[in-house]
Amino acid sequence: MLTIKNLHAGVEGKEILKGINLEIKAGEVHAIMGPNGSGKSTLSGVLAGNEAFTITEGEVTYLGENLLPLSAEMRALEGIFLAFQYPIEIPGVSNAHFLRAALNARRRHRDEPELDAFDFQELAKKKMELFELNPALMDRSLNVGFSGGEKKRNEGFQMALLEPTLAVMDETDSGLDIDALKIVAQGVNSLRSPERAALVITHYQRLLDYIVPDFVHVLADGRIVKSGGKELALELEKSGYAWINRGTPGEEGV
Amino acid sequence: MKNDDKTINDLASQEYKWGFVTDIDSDTVPPGLNEDVIKYISTKKNEPEWLLEFRLKAYRHWLTLKQPDWQKVDFEPIDFQAISYYSAPKQQKKVGSMEEIDPKLVETYDKLGIPLIEQQRLAGVAVDAVFDSVSVATTMKDNLAKIGIIFMPFSEAVQEHPELIKRYMGSVVPYTDNFFAALNSAVFTDGSFVYIPKGVQSPMDLSTYFRINAENTGQFERTLIVADEGASVSYLEGCTAPQRDENQLHAAIVELCAERDAKIKYSTVQNWYPGDKDGVGGIYNFVTKRGLCNGENSRISWTQVETGSAITWKYPSCVLKGDNSVGEFYSVALTNNLQQADTGSKMIHLGRNTSSTIISKGISAGRADQTYRGLVRVARNAAGARNFTQCDSMLLGDRCGAHTFPYIESRHPGARLEHEATTTRIGDDQIFYCNQRGINTEDAVSMIVNGFCREVFRELPMEFAVEAQKLLSVSLEGSVG
Repeated sequence: MLTIKNLHAGVEGKEILKGINLEIKAGEVHAIMGPNGSGKSTLSGVLAGNEAFTITEGEVTYLGENLLPLSAEMRALEGIFLAFQYPIEIPGVSNAHFLRAALNARRRHRDEPELDAFDFQELAKKKMELFELNPALMDRSLNVGFSGGEKKRNEGFQMALLEPTLAVMDETDSGLDIDALKIVAQGVNSLRSPERAALVITHYQRLLDYIVPDFVHVLADGRIVKSGGKELALELEKSGYAWINRGTPGEEGV
Repeated sequence: MKNDDKTINDLASQEYKWGFVTDIDSDTVPPGLNEDVIKYISTKKNEPEWLLEFRLKAYRHWLTLKQPDWQKVDFEPIDFQAISYYSAPKQQKKVGSMEEIDPKLVETYDKLGIPLIEQQRLAGVAVDAVFDSVSVATTMKDNLAKIGIIFMPFSEAVQEHPELIKRYMGSVVPYTDNFFAALNSAVFTDGSFVYIPKGVQSPMDLSTYFRINAENTGQFERTLIVADEGASVSYLEGCTAPQRDENQLHAAIVELCAERDAKIKYSTVQNWYPGDKDGVGGIYNFVTKRGLCNGENSRISWTQVETGSAITWKYPSCVLKGDNSVGEFYSVALTNNLQQADTGSKMIHLGRNTSSTIISKGISAGRADQTYRGLVRVARNAAGARNFTQCDSMLLGDRCGAHTFPYIESRHPGARLEHEATTTRIGDDQIFYCNQRGINTEDAVSMIVNGFCREVFRELPMEFAVEAQKLLSVSLEGSVG
């Protein structure tokens, strides 16, 4: 579904991603772990089409097409969803209004009829229950005055509503307590299907207890330095990231 | 957003939708201003002697005034001798019913979305249509008259209700008030007059639709709305003008008077021609709007959405004379390209326990410059006065400006006055967030701006709210690059 080849990207002339290679097939969940500053958020931003980042080299293919020329809007319409690490506030625009606009943009793109306010409300209500969100949040301004946990659960809710083909989750666990983490993980797991894939970016292993990945990759200084199965995450949890410079976890020798 | 540049340029060159000209025979006086012109207007309107004297006094006072220059807008001095002060479509005879109106006028208002033929209208609103210097049609007049509401062109009211006009005209905005008020008082041609008798709640919204058509003319109309004890009315005002390369002057006066327990809600959607993207042409909108809360417990609210005019310069105000009276001002002003606006409100607290609210939302795009200027004054005897002011500015792009000049003068130590102000811009992160959810940049900007204005939009009457949101989107097109 997604193939990244030798991707180099940066911001304001500074190279952050220094040759990423990654292949994600339909039905798979990949986790990317890495220390702060390793390029995790840059990778998610580049995949979503954030123009703040400049791509200097490499290829990204999504569903057999070259992804890089597509605008952020078009990537979203083609099924790429980014759950933001820091969801953005838009005062005066209700959560419901925003989401209906987003959902209907998707539906128009697929030549499906738009949902009216009533049908939308019904659908949204069901999906909100998955994330145990207070229905009153629908009428509040988007992310304004939401608690950290509400913002993250709201991202999950948006994802469930938009049913992406490829979900990219950027540190969705940061700022979540363990109960909220379980709720979000459950919601995400409910989306797993043979047609969909997910890229879960996280600093900590604990999210992966609940969203169990098929593959784990370690990102360090803009490169994937190690890939493995879900057990790699556990090793990382034990030994931290300090081993990276030497190449193998578990040889701290401290 | 780089990849949207092309669509944005396409949209920016979109024309002002209401810029057409109606080809109609008009009676227009040659340009120039002197006592003879004023006498001509007065005679043309068959006015009583006292009104002509009022005009001449105003004119003589105007001659002693200098055009003010304290406002933060730039324009070449206006040549008042180059303006024609009267233009009226020629009519064969006095119109007896709506069906006898010149079809060209009916067609003009149809194009503007204001059908004048009553059978075709939704029953919800009564309209007075002002075309250049005269009122050409007033709908629903007879239905309203049955419950005692007077709604008619100003010039007709002068003939039919001289006692009311004499009593209220100039009582809120005297001709000595300012330069443009003096000019208007000398040369005003028509407008709307509304009187709601004691205890009557107007069953429908009343509205005036102003249209400037003729070239090189100014529009100087007066609107006077009186709500007698316990009466209430909601009044809507709309305006458009053809697209021309010359600037045209619109210097109106609106006076509102609310007696005891009366309520007046005045809503404006102002969409005069703003000039082209290089700032050529457009209307100078220099208007004096003031409401007097004359009686106890009276309430006046101004709600406005301003997207048009090359220059907007006005401060809809409330004089809170009656005890416990309430004044409100809700405003959205959008300036794009080279538009300029110096606008805000004045709340003058005279009575006891008076309260006022000012919510002003200013949006600047392109190379536009916008100023909020407000005055809250609490008089020595105004015990218990309260004001809350919030003025928020939003900047789109990096070539526009937003300025805020709030004046607060309190002479009562117990006054409670609050002022909040913010300046924001639409962040790239907000746009990206919307894009990432599949919402395109134009829609995202429109959504964010509408959200910014929500507190004001919810004060608008239903049918205006929808129009205002659309208008805002159209006026914003091409403002993000």
